[in-house]
Amino acid sequence: MSSGPPRTPGGLRHLWAVYRGEFQTSVAVQLQYRGAQVIWLLGTVLGPLVYLAVWSAVAAASGGEVDGFSRASFAAYYIVLMLVNQVTFSWTMYEFDSRIREGAFSPLLLRPVHPIHADLADNLANKALTMLVLLPTAGVLALVFHPVLHPRPWAILALIPALGLAFAVRFTLEWTLALAAFWTTRTSALNQAYEAVLLFLSGQIAPLALLPGPFRAVADALPFRWMVAFPVQLLTGQPSPGAVAAGLAAQAAWLAAVLLLHRGLWRAATRRYAAVGG
Amino acid sequence: MSLLRLLLAFGRVAAQRELAYRANFAIQALQSLIGLGTALAGLAVVFAHTTRLAGWRPQEVLALVGVFELVGGAIGLVIQPGMQRLMEEVRLGTLDYALLQPADSQVLVSVREVAVYRLADVALGLGVLLFALARLGTRIGPGRALLFAVTLAAGGAVVYSVWLGLATCAFWLVRVDNILVIFETMYDAGRWPVAIYPGWLRGALTFIVPVALATSVPVEALTGRLGAPGLAGSLAAAAALLVLSRWFWRQGLRHYSGASS
Repeated sequence: MSSGPPRTPGGLRHLWAVYRGEFQTSVAVQLQYRGAQVIWLLGTVLGPLVYLAVWSAVAAASGGEVDGFSRASFAAYYIVLMLVNQVTFSWTMYEFDSRIREGAFSPLLLRPVHPIHADLADNLANKALTMLVLLPTAGVLALVFHPVLHPRPWAILALIPALGLAFAVRFTLEWTLALAAFWTTRTSALNQAYEAVLLFLSGQIAPLALLPGPFRAVADALPFRWMVAFPVQLLTGQPSPGAVAAGLAAQAAWLAAVLLLHRGLWRAATRRYAAVGG
Repeated sequence: MSLLRLLLAFGRVAAQRELAYRANFAIQALQSLIGLGTALAGLAVVFAHTTRLAGWRPQEVLALVGVFELVGGAIGLVIQPGMQRLMEEVRLGTLDYALLQPADSQVLVSVREVAVYRLADVALGLGVLLFALARLGTRIGPGRALLFAVTLAAGGAVVYSVWLGLATCAFWLVRVDNILVIFETMYDAGRWPVAIYPGWLRGALTFIVPVALATSVPVEALTGRLGAPGLAGSLAAAAALLVLSRWFWRQGLRHYSGASS
C-alpha cells in the first residue's frame, strides 16, 4: 500500500481503511445496477403489502379488529416491518454456495482480513442506497394506508440500539449458517427452510401476538424475533420500559451466542476448505 | 400436434439428464414440500382468527393454494426454463442454432427446456386441490369442472404470453433477467384471493401482470363465483395476449442480429 505507513493487519485503523474502501467500491458497483434496484424494491414492498392485505381482510371479517389490531395498526405494523426488515436483511446465504463451488472464496481467504468484513461493508453500502428510495416509499404507503402509531419517546430512543443489535444478530447468524456450504455445495433447500422459519418466527406472516400458542412458544425460544419483530414492536406496540430493557438484553445475549457459534464454525470450515482445496 | 410431440421429446431428454443427479432431485422435492408447508401453515395462522377471507371459506382458499402450486409448477416446468434459455441465447448470440431448425421458432424456444423436477409441484398442487374439493363438500358438476379447465387453460395462456413478451424484450434490451423477477414477485401475490387487495393492486394483478387470471379466476369458476363477464374477460385476455405476444415475437426476431454481426 502506498498511502501512509504500513498498517498492521487486523488493527482498528487498518480495519477502518478496509471498510471505507469496500464501502466506496460497493456503492459504485451498485449504482451501476439501478434497474435491478428498482425491481428489488418491488419485492421488498409487495411482500409486506400482501400480508397487510390479508390481515386487513381478516380484520374486516371480524368487525374491524383482530385481538386489538385494527386495520390502521396492521398498516403501521407492516410499513414499519418493511423498513426494519430492510435494515436487518442480508443475502450472504444465497451466494455462499456458488462462491465455494466456483472457487471465488480462495482469494478472499488469502487476504489478511476476515472475509466477513467485506460482506458487511457491502451490505451497509446496499442499505445506505436502498434506504434513500425505501423511506419515501414508506411515506407514500402511509398516505395510502393511513397507519396509526403512537410510539413513546423512550421507545424511539431504544430503537437505535435495537436496530443495531437486530442487524448484528441476523447478519452474523446468516453468515455463519451460510458456512454450511463448506460441507454441502447445494444449500438451496437449507436456505429455503431457514427463510420459511424466519417468515413465521420473526413476525412477518403475522404479528407474533397473533400466532397460535405453540408457534409463539417456539418464537420466544429462538433468536428470530429479536432480528425483526422486536424493533417493530418498539414503534408499533406500547412496551413497558422494563420489557424494552429485557429485550435489549436478550438481543445482546443472542449476539454473544451467535458470535461464539461463528468462531467455532469458521475454524472448522476453513480447516475443511484447506483440506478440499489441496 | 407437433407442439405436443416436441414437448414430449424434450421432456424425455430432460428426464434422462436429471436422473443422473438423484440427490438433486431429492433436494428439489424437499424444497417443494417446504414451500407447500409454509403456505399451509400461513393459512392455519390466518384462519385461526377468522372463518372467511373476503368471503372465501378456508377450503376455497386451500383450493386456491393448490391451483397456485399447480400453475407455479407448470410455469417452472416448461415456461420459465425455456424463456431463461432464450434470453441467455439472445445475449450470447447462440439463438441462431434454434432459428435454423425446421420447427416453428416460437414453439421451439417455448418447449425445448423442461425442468422435470417441477412435476413435484404440479403433483402436490393437484393433491391439495383435490383434498380441498373433497373437504368443501359441495359436488362439482361437469359444468363447473369444464369451466375450471377452460379458465385454467386461459390463465395458462395469459401467463405464457406475458413471459414470452417479457423475454422477447431481450432482443432490444439484451439483459432482461431482472424483468422476469417482476413476474416472480407478483406471482406470489396470487396465493391469496385477489379480492383482498386494494383496488389499484387488484387492477395490476388482473390487467398488468395478470396473475389473478391463472389463480383466483379458475378457483372462482370451480366454486361457482365466476359470472359470464369474468369468463368472457378471461377468454378475451387469453386470445388477445396470445396474438399480441406472437406478433411481438416476430418483431423481436426481425430485430435479432445473431452472433456474428
